[in-house]
Amino acid sequence: MKTPRQVSLPLVLLTALVAVFMLAPITLSVLAGLVNNYSAGLKSGLTLRWLSEVWELYGGTVAASLLLALLCVLGNLLIGIPCAYALARSRSRMARVFEELLTLPVAVPGLATALALILAYGQISGFRQSYAFVLVGHMVFTLPFMVRTVSSAFQRPELYSLEEAARTLGAGFAQRFMGVLLPAVLPAIVAGCLMVFTLSVGEFNLTWMLHTPLTRTLPVGLADSYASMRLEIGSAYTLVFLLVILPVLWGLQAAGTLIEKHHGR
Amino acid sequence: MDVERTRVDISHCAKTYADGTRGLQPTSLSVEPGEVLALLGPSGCGKTTLLRLVAGLEVPDAGSRITFGDTEVTHLPVERRGIGMVFQHYALFPQMSVEANIAYGLRVRGVDEAEKRRVVGELIDLVRLNGLEKKRPAELSGGQRQRVALARAVAVRPRVLLLDEPLTALDAKLKESVRDELAELLRRLHITAIHVTHDQQEALAIADRLAVMQAGRIVQVGRGEALYRTPEHPFVASFLGRVNRLERDAAARAAHVVRLGDMDIACPPAWQAQDSVLVRPEDIEVGKVTAGWGDAVVSQRVFLGDRIQLKLLLPDQASLNAEVGRDHPACMGDAVGIRIQPQHLMPGSELSLISL
Repeated sequence: MKTPRQVSLPLVLLTALVAVFMLAPITLSVLAGLVNNYSAGLKSGLTLRWLSEVWELYGGTVAASLLLALLCVLGNLLIGIPCAYALARSRSRMARVFEELLTLPVAVPGLATALALILAYGQISGFRQSYAFVLVGHMVFTLPFMVRTVSSAFQRPELYSLEEAARTLGAGFAQRFMGVLLPAVLPAIVAGCLMVFTLSVGEFNLTWMLHTPLTRTLPVGLADSYASMRLEIGSAYTLVFLLVILPVLWGLQAAGTLIEKHHGR
Repeated sequence: MDVERTRVDISHCAKTYADGTRGLQPTSLSVEPGEVLALLGPSGCGKTTLLRLVAGLEVPDAGSRITFGDTEVTHLPVERRGIGMVFQHYALFPQMSVEANIAYGLRVRGVDEAEKRRVVGELIDLVRLNGLEKKRPAELSGGQRQRVALARAVAVRPRVLLLDEPLTALDAKLKESVRDELAELLRRLHITAIHVTHDQQEALAIADRLAVMQAGRIVQVGRGEALYRTPEHPFVASFLGRVNRLERDAAARAAHVVRLGDMDIACPPAWQAQDSVLVRPEDIEVGKVTAGWGDAVVSQRVFLGDRIQLKLLLPDQASLNAEVGRDHPACMGDAVGIRIQPQHLMPGSELSLISL
């Protein structure tokens, strides 16, 4: 049974106002990508022309961005989880310093991080011209998010007892790490993966400095289209972004929630 | 299921932490094969440290020696020590079913499927978890979780079972029934076990022998009843139950008595140097004013349901707490006679030190 609630009218109005204010830019942007001529407005008629043009010009960046994000998640799993465990179990001061250093790329502007990467490794042209260079940038930027999330999960007191319990039962390090610790922190790993994927897909700052005309990601292409194309194409590009990326993110979120529920404590 | 019965010998075992604090003074202790020994003491007394040293979860100071049967295990890592441990909050693997939790130790040892199923089935029967095999720990009650933890610990046929405050996570009402169940299970398993607790009733109910600890050392070891009735140390007397302290002046000490008004209660001559003695509230007889009994006045009467607690004012001693049956006639303000049997007196300072 629902209890009747008193909702004050000003509160409803305020909520509606804020909602309209937030949704208007998205609606207008999406509309701009669907009309024949933005300055003439809806009168000029609706079209899918801009969308197909965007797909032709920038379609590759969608796949590139998704693949890059996936590889970034994979790299984070391979490097980030062992790193998180090591940091969680180490009591040395060096570990704390290292943790701070790891977090630095989040605070330092992406442009500066990118410039540093170019200065250090820009001469290795095979590397510089490939997506691997962009991937490294994304890894540097996203690693602290994965490491922090998973490391704090590893530090929960019950994890220490779980590990000790596994040891008393005769489990070696690999057995207890794979069989007990990883499953116990799985929700944190899933949360970390989602965060890393989302950050990587939307990353512009670093990527803009690191990309080459042949290694563009979706946000970089978006900037390019805003700068050099008609407004309608830029807007259609936004629509593409929403149509492709949002379902993927929602799907991943749902998968994440499912796993968390399944592993609920 | 039959388990090996192993004798545990701990000799000169000490633990100094990295910051220099002494968690455990050099300690020697033996646990007989198949015996349940409780390490009892307040928090910070070193009981958990000693248990973790036996488990191999902490490294003892140089010179320490721990043997299980004929095997020295001092330097064996915990994985190869052959112990089973029940943790304070059970530390059950949250993502695994009851079955998988119990089978974990067998799985990491590579025991074949059929044997694993047989052992797990046997243990499920033993700890009465039938029907809950597929449940997750989060879906179980506190008592059930505790039984899973016990089954998991003994599934690998450990040489020694270690229990770290196994009942702390339970609420007071459940505690008593789980406690008796645990005591019975340990008897049926007949496994050498060391049980850490700060609860004297839990220790008395579960263990064959108690080692009472204080400030990093063992104060006294013995059977629960003996420790309760004839403690050698005032700490043991006061930790296992409640006590009253009776003062003795020089004359009383010389006469080998303790004075209670008109009454002299005989004390053993060896207690000559004890300037006070202890007596438990239930060992004070309270009756009518009688010649040859001590005199007292009831200053407080608290009805506790199964018994009555009386506060008694004495002319020549500090006030005493006495406990009498629930139908006792004494009321507040009554003058009463009190009597204490000599065998109920306990020393007020450490005996071994004084008599030396």
